[in-house]
Amino acid sequence: MDKIKITTKNLNLFYGDNHALKNINMDIREKAVTALIGPSGCGKSTFLKSINRMNDLVDGVRIEGIVTLDGDNIYDADIDKTLLRKKVGMVFQQPNPFPMSIYDNVAYGPRVHGIKNKSELDAIVERSLRGAAIFDEVKDRLRKSALSLSGGQQQRLCIARALAVEPEVILMDEPTSALDPISTAKIEELMEELKQKYTVVVVTHNMQQAARISEDTAFFLLGDMIEFNSTQKIFQAPKDPRTADYIMGRMG
Amino acid sequence: MPVNKVNTLKKTKSRRADNIAYFLIYLSAGFTVLLLMGIIGYVAVRGYRVLDWEFVSDVTSVLRGTTGVAGNILNTVYIVILTLLIATPVGIGSAIYLNEYAKPGKLVRGIEFATETLAGIPSIIYGMFGAMFFGATMKFGYSILTGSLTLMLMVLPLITRNTQEALKTVPMGYRLGAIGMGAQKWYMIRTILLPSAMPGIVTGVILSVGRIVGESAALLFTAGSGYYLPQTVGQLGSKIMESGGTLTIQMYLSMQKGKYDIAFGIALVLLLIVLFINIGTKRIAKKLDVSRKGM
Repeated sequence: MDKIKITTKNLNLFYGDNHALKNINMDIREKAVTALIGPSGCGKSTFLKSINRMNDLVDGVRIEGIVTLDGDNIYDADIDKTLLRKKVGMVFQQPNPFPMSIYDNVAYGPRVHGIKNKSELDAIVERSLRGAAIFDEVKDRLRKSALSLSGGQQQRLCIARALAVEPEVILMDEPTSALDPISTAKIEELMEELKQKYTVVVVTHNMQQAARISEDTAFFLLGDMIEFNSTQKIFQAPKDPRTADYIMGRMG
Repeated sequence: MPVNKVNTLKKTKSRRADNIAYFLIYLSAGFTVLLLMGIIGYVAVRGYRVLDWEFVSDVTSVLRGTTGVAGNILNTVYIVILTLLIATPVGIGSAIYLNEYAKPGKLVRGIEFATETLAGIPSIIYGMFGAMFFGATMKFGYSILTGSLTLMLMVLPLITRNTQEALKTVPMGYRLGAIGMGAQKWYMIRTILLPSAMPGIVTGVILSVGRIVGESAALLFTAGSGYYLPQTVGQLGSKIMESGGTLTIQMYLSMQKGKYDIAFGIALVLLLIVLFINIGTKRIAKKLDVSRKGM
């Protein structure tokens, strides 16, 4: 059995009166890709954001239960959200590079965490860009605006930006849904590599993508986690008829 | 109902209506341009006669026989700088509070409504309030300081609103991206939001400069009409406690005394300043646009 990186116990989340996550119990394996699937509004993105406490930014949100990272409950009062988010990086649906140079984008995180030394930053930027398989495409224009890149490149830059703070977990919220098929393929290849070093949790609407890239898959529906198992089992022998319906395209 | 079949390709009435509209629109545009050029031309021709080096570098003195508005130019600069020194940080700060910290609701809507209303109040009301409060109650008298504090109230909504609008156009993804990297909120605002909003902020500040340079009603009862230059370096500082009329105030006084030539000279100087500010605004806003940097 692999090591468990993240565990949720009786996780409940409310947006005002809306019960958005209902009693979620889940063990996420270290250095593996876990895919979260389900129709829109099922709570999978909300679940993802509860792992780095991005839901805290939403007004009127209430969270009950426990989410542990390496055994520590991240909702404990003494948790430093800055350090949590250094450990748990995030890539968003829309590529969101900052309006600054490619270099400064990648250096942003390290600077947040206090690294100022130029040669140290140079090394981090190069390593992160290589880690996101975009270094060769941008190495001659690191000082150019990140907004001059194509959508697919921007998303890989955002992955590089997330890698720059040396996270242990990377959360991806539909990272390819705004991208063309070729860029999507590149990101998927990249995720294959990332799981050698990182724990990856990805929300996706694309069933084939979940099947291709993930070790484990969780199926969410209306705030419930209906089924959670190895991807192979979920796709070949789902236990719940609702999972089967969704995977076969009869729902959602 | 089926659409009528096209029986002829010849021009019909509707095409003629189009032509008339076209003509009228051109006429309106031409009228506007001519009007503007006419005013500028008239002021330029009449003002040019008195505009020389002495006019902008010396002060009016009966004894020396000189005519000049250097003191008024200096007062204008003083009031612009002093006003913005207070209004800019306060305006940006309140915009950041409204847009980034305050929870959307009644309070925010109330403040927004208040700033919008403040922006529309006739400036003489600011002048009256400033004269009573800063001049009389606070005992700053007729002084550049009283004038600046009064104008600060007047341009504060302008800077706040412009900054707020600029902050609203910054994509949510930037904020989430930075917070998601572990950035503290203020760090995110300083490194991402303010640079992105800078063109809008600068626009607000420069519009304020225009308002200040062109203001007269709010200054008449607050800053007074002094026009002397400081004689020593020490007086440069103490000058803010003295009466100081801006260019527009001097222009008003000249008109009152029937000295139309001088008034036109000042008008030309003011026009040149406004022109300069407009060109400057565009240049600076373009230069500061971080989204275009390095493209």
